[in-house]
Amino acid sequence: MEITVQHVVFIILSAVALVGAIGVVALRNLFRAALALVLSFVGVAGLYVLLEAELLAMVQILVYVGAISILIIFAIMLTRNLMDPEYKAANEQWLGGLLAAAALFGILVFILLQVSWPVQVTDMPPGAIEALGQGLVSPNFYLLPFEVASVLLLVALVGAVIIAREL
Amino acid sequence: MEWITNFWVTFGDWVAGVLAGWGLPPSGVDLVADIVGVIILLLLGVTAVIVFTPMERKVIARMQDRPGPNRVPLYGTIIAFADAIKMLTKEDIVPTRADKLLHVLGPILVVIPAVLVFAVLPFGPRLVGQQLNVGILYVVAIAGMHVIAIVVAAWGSNNKFALISGFRVVNQLLAYEVPLILSILAVVLLTGTMNLVEIVERQVVPFAVVMPVAALVYTIGGLAEANRSPVDLIEADSEMVAGYLVEYSGMKFAMFFIAEYVTMFAVGIVASTLFLGGWKFFGLEDLLPVLRPVIVFAKAAFIIFLMLWFRATFPRLRFDQLIEFAWKFLVPISLVNLLVVAVVVKIPLADPVTEPYIRAAILFVLNVVMIAVAFLMVRRAAITSPRAPALKRIAAVEK
Repeated sequence: MEITVQHVVFIILSAVALVGAIGVVALRNLFRAALALVLSFVGVAGLYVLLEAELLAMVQILVYVGAISILIIFAIMLTRNLMDPEYKAANEQWLGGLLAAAALFGILVFILLQVSWPVQVTDMPPGAIEALGQGLVSPNFYLLPFEVASVLLLVALVGAVIIAREL
Repeated sequence: MEWITNFWVTFGDWVAGVLAGWGLPPSGVDLVADIVGVIILLLLGVTAVIVFTPMERKVIARMQDRPGPNRVPLYGTIIAFADAIKMLTKEDIVPTRADKLLHVLGPILVVIPAVLVFAVLPFGPRLVGQQLNVGILYVVAIAGMHVIAIVVAAWGSNNKFALISGFRVVNQLLAYEVPLILSILAVVLLTGTMNLVEIVERQVVPFAVVMPVAALVYTIGGLAEANRSPVDLIEADSEMVAGYLVEYSGMKFAMFFIAEYVTMFAVGIVASTLFLGGWKFFGLEDLLPVLRPVIVFAKAAFIIFLMLWFRATFPRLRFDQLIEFAWKFLVPISLVNLLVVAVVVKIPLADPVTEPYIRAAILFVLNVVMIAVAFLMVRRAAITSPRAPALKRIAAVEK
């Protein structure tokens, strides 16, 4: 197999994503773990760019790096005693967590080996973003799931306001 | 004369020709051109700092009726070099109990998104780093990353004022990003594209005239994004000794300021692209295409002048006022604006020649109505608010 520039870039980006992912679980300092999560997200966004999925890459950065990581970091900053070096990274549920993670890993490996992934060498069709946008709001495609998801988010938003409201 | 009016394209073709003459394959020529382009774009924002530091100090000094920097040569206009020497020769201090890695990482991370934004900003139909289909989304996504950098700096310093400013940055920038994105969305809805070059090409009338609401909201949001007074509650030196900057000295301190000016410049260019017609200026851009980047820079400089004017004019807001202004005023008005644009875009107009002008006129009238209604509502809220009697008493005493 011939090694192209894309292979090298793919390996680098995967390494970035994987190092970040390992950092999330392995780092003692929770704040640094959250930053490792950001690194992992950026690596995944880079993989999207490599696959010519510009929109997905930007949404990945906007939503995951820009919003979700910030939310996690904010929650960590509001938690007490996190800078304490005595602070344990794992609690008494580590065995259950380990089993669940191992099971998930096993299932993923099983699927990865079982499914024959269809590979198609082709360029990105022009107007893919337009097609995606049309698909999301067209009644023949995904209008209903899209709107239901919006309503779900709205319900969550209203619920959060009601719970947080001073009575 | 063709070569001088179209200087940038001729120059680029000439360089490509010379490189090809040296026996480089076409891919090699492209590679060299890409590298040169990347270097220019990287340095563009950073070089602009040299211009904008003296501009800020001179303009604000002028507005406050004082001479400003006047001891360095050339009327103080090269003060940036003096600043740079001062910053580079200062002692570099890392607090003993700080998280050292994050403390050093903060100033580096803060410059990266500020510079990356320049990759898609257009200075002419062909003078653009990369014509992304999702250009404006890229700008918003990358610019949002500097929140993380500031939080890293704030946390890494292990200082309570820095941490408070870390809380503030999340709160403020998330609050102002919502109206910012909504006002950008109005432009995207009207033009039907996220490509910055196409947005400029489809602006028959500058959008600042067509939809002043979106332009104003974007300017205020950009002000908060670049962390400029009066919405610079993140550093607020009078309340918490410059917030996340408190433990930084020397060049690390300067990095934050470089990032701030580069962000200001980027906000200026994005605002001129979205709302002031980019490289267009009453047909001058077709007469002398060489002036296109100059026109963009001039418009960006105008936006930056507005920002300096705001800083010299308005007092800093209180934090709760700042957040309330974003959520209770900017977000609702930009949502209404979005609704109006969505309806106007769908009005069926047959004649393709007059169609953009008619649409622009309808939008303009609706925008004026929106602004009037918004001000009436604010006025009503001010009169009926529980604090109104107290405000009246203060006003009477001051008289």
